[in-house]
Amino acid sequence: MTDDHTPLVELDGVSKYYGNIRALEDVSLLVNAGEITCVLGDNGAGKSTLIKIIAGLHQHDAGTFRIEGEQTRLASPREALERGIATVFQDLAVVPLMPVWRNFFLGSEPTKGAGPFKRLDVELMRRTTREELLRMGIDLRDVDQPIGTLSGGERQSVAIARAVYFGAKVLVLDEPTAALGVKQSGVVLKYVAAARDAGLGVVLITHNPHHAYLVGNRFVLLKRGGMVGSHTREEISLDELTRQMAGGSELDDLRHELERAPAPTHLGGHPRGATE
Amino acid sequence: MTATVPERQPDKQPGGRPRQAAADERLLSASVWKKLLGRPELGSVVGAIAVFAFFAIFADSFVNASSLATVLYASSTIGIMAVPIALLMIGGEFDLSAGVLVTSSALISSMFSYQMTANTWVGAGVSLLVTVAISAFNGFMLTRTRLPSFIITLGTFLMLTGLNLGFTKLISGTVSTKSISDMQGFDSARVVFASTLTIGGVDFKITILWWLVLVLIATWILLRTRLGNWIFAVGGDVDAARAVGVPVDKTKIGLYTGVGFGAWVSGQHLLFSYDVVQSGEGVGNELIYIIAAVIGGCLITGGYGSAVGAAIGALIFGMANKGIVFAEWNPDWYKFFLGAMLLLAALLNAWVRKRAEATT
Repeated sequence: MTDDHTPLVELDGVSKYYGNIRALEDVSLLVNAGEITCVLGDNGAGKSTLIKIIAGLHQHDAGTFRIEGEQTRLASPREALERGIATVFQDLAVVPLMPVWRNFFLGSEPTKGAGPFKRLDVELMRRTTREELLRMGIDLRDVDQPIGTLSGGERQSVAIARAVYFGAKVLVLDEPTAALGVKQSGVVLKYVAAARDAGLGVVLITHNPHHAYLVGNRFVLLKRGGMVGSHTREEISLDELTRQMAGGSELDDLRHELERAPAPTHLGGHPRGATE
Repeated sequence: MTATVPERQPDKQPGGRPRQAAADERLLSASVWKKLLGRPELGSVVGAIAVFAFFAIFADSFVNASSLATVLYASSTIGIMAVPIALLMIGGEFDLSAGVLVTSSALISSMFSYQMTANTWVGAGVSLLVTVAISAFNGFMLTRTRLPSFIITLGTFLMLTGLNLGFTKLISGTVSTKSISDMQGFDSARVVFASTLTIGGVDFKITILWWLVLVLIATWILLRTRLGNWIFAVGGDVDAARAVGVPVDKTKIGLYTGVGFGAWVSGQHLLFSYDVVQSGEGVGNELIYIIAAVIGGCLITGGYGSAVGAAIGALIFGMANKGIVFAEWNPDWYKFFLGAMLLLAALLNAWVRKRAEATT
C-alpha cells in the first residue's frame, strides 16, 4: 500500500524524440490522489505527446516515469489501464446510436450463465450505469436512450464515469471542454471535480487557463515541447497564468510584428511569400 | 387571457394525483411512446399490416389458411437469408454475393454427391465448409484490405456467377446439375431441408421453421450477448469499438460466416426440393435480402436495426409476391410494388427516427 504522500504519477525530466524532432523535453509533472494537475499549452506544445506517454501509447526516451513510486515504462494502453491509468480521449470512444448502458460496458460486458445460454447481465448493467452516473451527479431519465442524444457535456461525463467505474486511479482527460460551450464546460468541470473528490488523481489537458484555474491544484505550462512553468495553485494567480499561457512577452513581440508587417500583395506590398 | 382556467385542469383530472406524481406519469407515458417509435421494426410492422389489408381486400383467396401457408413459405425462403444479412448490415457491411452464394452452395452439394457418388449428406457437409469459407474470405478480404465491402462482395458476386455457370457446364455439360433424387441420403436430407409439415390440415414448409429459429437465434445474439453488443458497436462507430477493446475484425468475419450459413440452408433447400439446380439462379436476390433488411429498419450505414424487422421485411415480400398471384394480376407488377414499398419504408423509417430523437 502507498501512503498519501506518494504521488500516483510522477514524471521527472521526461523527454520524447521522434527521429530528430524534439516533441517533448525535460518535462516534470506530479499527480497526487485527490488533486487535479492541469497541463496547459498551445497547439504543438507537446500536450498530446505527454498524454500518449502517460496513456501508454508511446514510451519516453529520457527521464523517469513513476507510478505510485515505482519506476516504469508502459508498453501499451492496456498496461496503463491495468496500472490504473484511464485516458479519456477527445473522441470519447462511444457509439452514438447505442443506449447509454450498452456504451458504458462496451468491450467489458459482464455475463451470466454458461455455454449457449451465456448472456449479458442486463439487469446489472443497467443498474450499475444508473448508479455510477448518479454518483457523478448525472440523473438520467432513461439509461436506454442512445448516447448520441445526450449533450456533449453529459457524454464526456459518461466517459469519465466509465473510467472511474473500471478502477481508474488516475484519470487523464484530453481537452474535455474544447468543443463545449460555457454552460456545458461547467457541467464537465463539475464531474472532473467529482472524480477528484472521489480520491482520483486527475490530469486535465486544456488550453483554457480559466477552466484550469477553476479546478486545478497544479499547473504545468508547455511550449514548443519544453516546460516553461510549473506552479501550485498558491504560487500563481489566474492573471499570471493567463499571461504566461497567452505567450506573455511573446504577445508584445507579436504586437510589434503586426505593426511592422508588410502590406499584402494585392494592396501593393512586396510579394515575399511567392519566392519561398 | 382566458388561459388561467384550462391551466388548472390537470389538478382536477380523474384520479386526482398530486402535481408531482402527475409530472412523473406524463414522463412515463412519453417514454413508452418514444420507445415504441424508437423500435426499428415499427416501419415494417405498419407496412406489413398495410400490405396484408391491401391484399385481403383485393385478392379474394388471400385470407385463408393454405394461402397464408404459401405466403409464409415464400417469405421464409427470403427470410432465411434476410436475417443474417440484417446482422451483417447492423455490423456496417454489405454482401452482394449472398444471392449467387445460395446457388453455389446448392451446386457444390449436388455435384460433389453426384461426381463422387457419395451420400448426399457428405455433399451437404462439403458444401457447408466451402460456403462458409467463401463468406469468411469476404470478411477476411474486408478486414485485411479495408476496402469497402460493396466492392469486395461485388467482386465475389461476379466471380461466383461465372464459376457457377462455368463449372456446371464443364462438369455436367449443361447449365443444370444432374438429378440426385435416387442417391443415398436424399430422402433424409429432404426431410430436413424441404419437407412439409401438416398442421390442422394445412401444409407448412419446413423452411418456415428454419426461418423462425434463425430469427430467434439472431435476436438472442443481438440483444443478449456480448457479440450482439459488438455487432452494434462495429456498425455504429468502428474506431470507438476498437478503442474500447472490441475485436472488430473477428466480429466482422463472424458476421460473414453467418451469411454463409444462411446461404447453405437456402441452397440445400433449393437442391432437395427440386433435386436439380439451375446454375444461373440467384442473381438479383442479394438486393431482395438487403431490401428486406432495410424495410425491417436496418440503417444502410450500420449500427441500427433488428432481426425481427428483417423477418417482417421478408414477410412483406412474401405477401406481395403471392398476393399478386392470388389477385390474378400480371406478376410484372411485383417489382414495381417492391420498389414502392422500399421507398415508403425508408421514408417512414427516417420520419420515425426523427420523431424518436425529437422527443428526447
